[in-house]
Parts: sequence; C-alpha cells; structure tokens
Amino acid sequence: MDFATWIGYVIGLLPGLETALQLTGISLVLGYPLALVFALLLDSRFRVLRWITLVFVELGRGIPLLVLLYIFYQGLPQISIVPSAFTAAIWAFTWSTAGYATEIIRSALQSVPSGQLEAADAVGLSEGDRFRFVVIPQASRIAIPPLLGLAIIMFQLSSLAYVITVSEVMQSAYFLGTKTFNYLPVFLAAAAVYAAVTIPASAAVASIERRLGRHV
Amino acid sequence: MFLFILQGLIWTVVITVGGFAFGAVVGVAVAGARTSKSVLVRIVGRVWVDVIRSVPPLVWLFVVFFGLAELGFRMTAFQAALVTFSLIASAYLGEIYRGGLASLGRGQIEAAQSLGLSGADVLTRIISPQVLRTVSPSMVTYGIGLMKDSALASTIGVVEMTFRANQVTQSTGQGLTAFAIVGAIYLGLSIPLGLWARHVDQRIREKYVVA
Repeated sequence: MDFATWIGYVIGLLPGLETALQLTGISLVLGYPLALVFALLLDSRFRVLRWITLVFVELGRGIPLLVLLYIFYQGLPQISIVPSAFTAAIWAFTWSTAGYATEIIRSALQSVPSGQLEAADAVGLSEGDRFRFVVIPQASRIAIPPLLGLAIIMFQLSSLAYVITVSEVMQSAYFLGTKTFNYLPVFLAAAAVYAAVTIPASAAVASIERRLGRHV
Repeated sequence: MFLFILQGLIWTVVITVGGFAFGAVVGVAVAGARTSKSVLVRIVGRVWVDVIRSVPPLVWLFVVFFGLAELGFRMTAFQAALVTFSLIASAYLGEIYRGGLASLGRGQIEAAQSLGLSGADVLTRIISPQVLRTVSPSMVTYGIGLMKDSALASTIGVVEMTFRANQVTQSTGQGLTAFAIVGAIYLGLSIPLGLWARHVDQRIREKYVVA
C-alpha cells in the first residue's frame, strides 16, 4: 500500500467530516443557549422548576452519549416516534452538550463577585440590564475557554453517531474498511482526519484562553 | 429483561477497573516523561498524550481491534477494549498526575534528596502520597468518564450492558425500556461515585488548607 492510496482514503472520508461538523455545529447552536436557560433555571425561585432542570441536566451528563443515541434511535420507535438517524443524533448530542455546558455556564455566572451585583443595583440598573451589561461580559470571559473545549470534545464524540448509521467519518471508514480490507490504514486515515481538526482547534482554544486571561 | 442487561455490568466493571488500573500505572511513566530533564523524552511524552487525546476513543478501539488484527495481533473484543482504554487512560491520568506534580513544592523533592533518599524512595514516600491526595478527586471524575466510555466496547462485540440492550431491542422491540434500564444503571453508579469524589475533595480541602 502506497502513500497515494492512503491519501485517497483520507479524501474518501471528507464527506463524512462534513456531516460530523454539521452534527457538532447544530448541537452546539441548540445546546449552548439551552444550557444558559438551564443554568438560570437552576437558581429559580420555584423548587419544582429547579428539580426538573436538575434531573434533565444530570441525565444528559450521567448517561453515556452512546446510550442516549440508542434511546432516541432504537428506543423511541417503541412509543411510535421514529426519527431519522441524523435527527436522533441531533437530539442526543444537544441533550448531552446542554448537560455539560450548564455546569460550565453556571459556575461562570457564580464567579462574578457579589460586589459587582451590589454596585449595579446601587447605580440603579434594572435586573435585565444588570445581567446584560455586568454579569454576562464578566462571566463569558470565564465560560468561553471551557465551552470551546467542550465543542472539541463534542466533535470527537460525533464519531459515536456511527452506531446509529449516521454517515459521518467512522461510518465512512468502516464502509471503506469492509470494501478494501485495509482496516489499519483506513482507520488511521480516520484518526488523521479527527486529529487534523482537533489539534489546531485545541491550540486555538489555548491561545484564546491566554488572551482572555490577560486582564483578569 | 433487567437481569439480562445487568449481567453485562460485569464487563463494564472489568473494562473500567482494568483500564483504569493499567492506565494509572502507565500514567506514572507518562507524567515522568512529560517532566523529564531530557528534551527528547519530554517530546515523546508530549506526542503520546497529544496523539491519544486528539483522536476519539471509538477510532482507537477500531484501530486496535480491526487494524492490529491485520498486522497479526489478533485479540478478542474484550482484550482489544482493555488495551485501548488502558492506553487512553494512561494519557489522561498522566496529565492529571502532572498537574498534581506541578502543585507540589519543589522544596519537597530537594529536601528528600538532600536527606539522601533514593530515587525510588522519593517517588513512593514523598511525591506519591502528596500528589495522590491532590489528584484523587480528578482521578475519580476521570474514572466515571471511563466507565461511560466503556459502553463503546459494545461496538466491537463485548457483551456488556449496551450490547445486551441492543439484543433485547432486536428480539422484543422494547428499545426504550431496554436502554432506559442501561441509562439508569449508569446513573446508579456515576451519581454516588460523583458525590463521593466531591466529599473526598471537600475533606482534603478542609484538612490540608495552608493558612
């Protein structure tokens, strides 16, 4: 097996990469705002609301993503809901993302010093303005690096969607493997595709983290 | 159905505990390499950690199980899962150790050396007890994550809980019940472990706060 063949494998996996990035992107776009809502609900005055949110968050974090995928794709048909593989994957990934991101956002919100809140009240800011102009700018500085880190993790986890037949990188690799019987080079090509995204992305996150931390 | 799925728990436990144990030992070497005096060894350690962590566990599982078979290293699904998770754990636990080492005062090691302790004694009597204390909560958290990752072993045919739930779904169509049971068992394990880690963490903080 020569290098050109191997590059051919890598190229063959690129459509899968596009699907993986779509799955990750959509789940983040849905999951992060949901997490902000959950983080606020966890401090709600209504105990029932707090408990429901907590259960939802803990299920999203505590159940392996692989099992969540199966619950949506293999489980829901039992109650006559039959989502497509991609839709089921979006639901599972959004839930998981929201679960992990809630903790990140919540601790970032709590890290804003109480003196800041009192000062905002003292100058007569409304509760909405206090949140928008005082809490969010400070909390986002804390939350952004771990949220970006989570995005990279979710991208890696998108490989799991393979088990419910979403045609992402691993699905394509497995197909290529069974066709060529060159499992090792094919799966190493898949590894290279993931690393090619993950390594630069991690470096970028580290640099953003340094920049955000500069004036803290 | 519950009992049928629960029988898979043994594989979950064996893979998690086995992978964690091997990873915890190899991780010492990884942390050692990452903090070595030799540049070359440091680079090797760095590459080990970065390469393992930048590729999803599922891909490593397939490389080890399907890929290595091509080179003549035929393993059972269970062996492949154990090898894969041990290697992955060594990278993550190694980094956790390194973090703990960084928080250990330099003077501790210097003082031990100046007392004439051997390298092995410094490691087992001075470094390990203090580092393990600071990193044990992170290790438990990682262990919980590893337990959840062990579900991946079902994809190469290890008959653990997720695999069994799939069998139940194929034969009865009751997928929701089956996978809800699996989810509940994972929660039943991870929530107490998480609470325990938090408790241990708090106790350590109270005990060893430097005034």
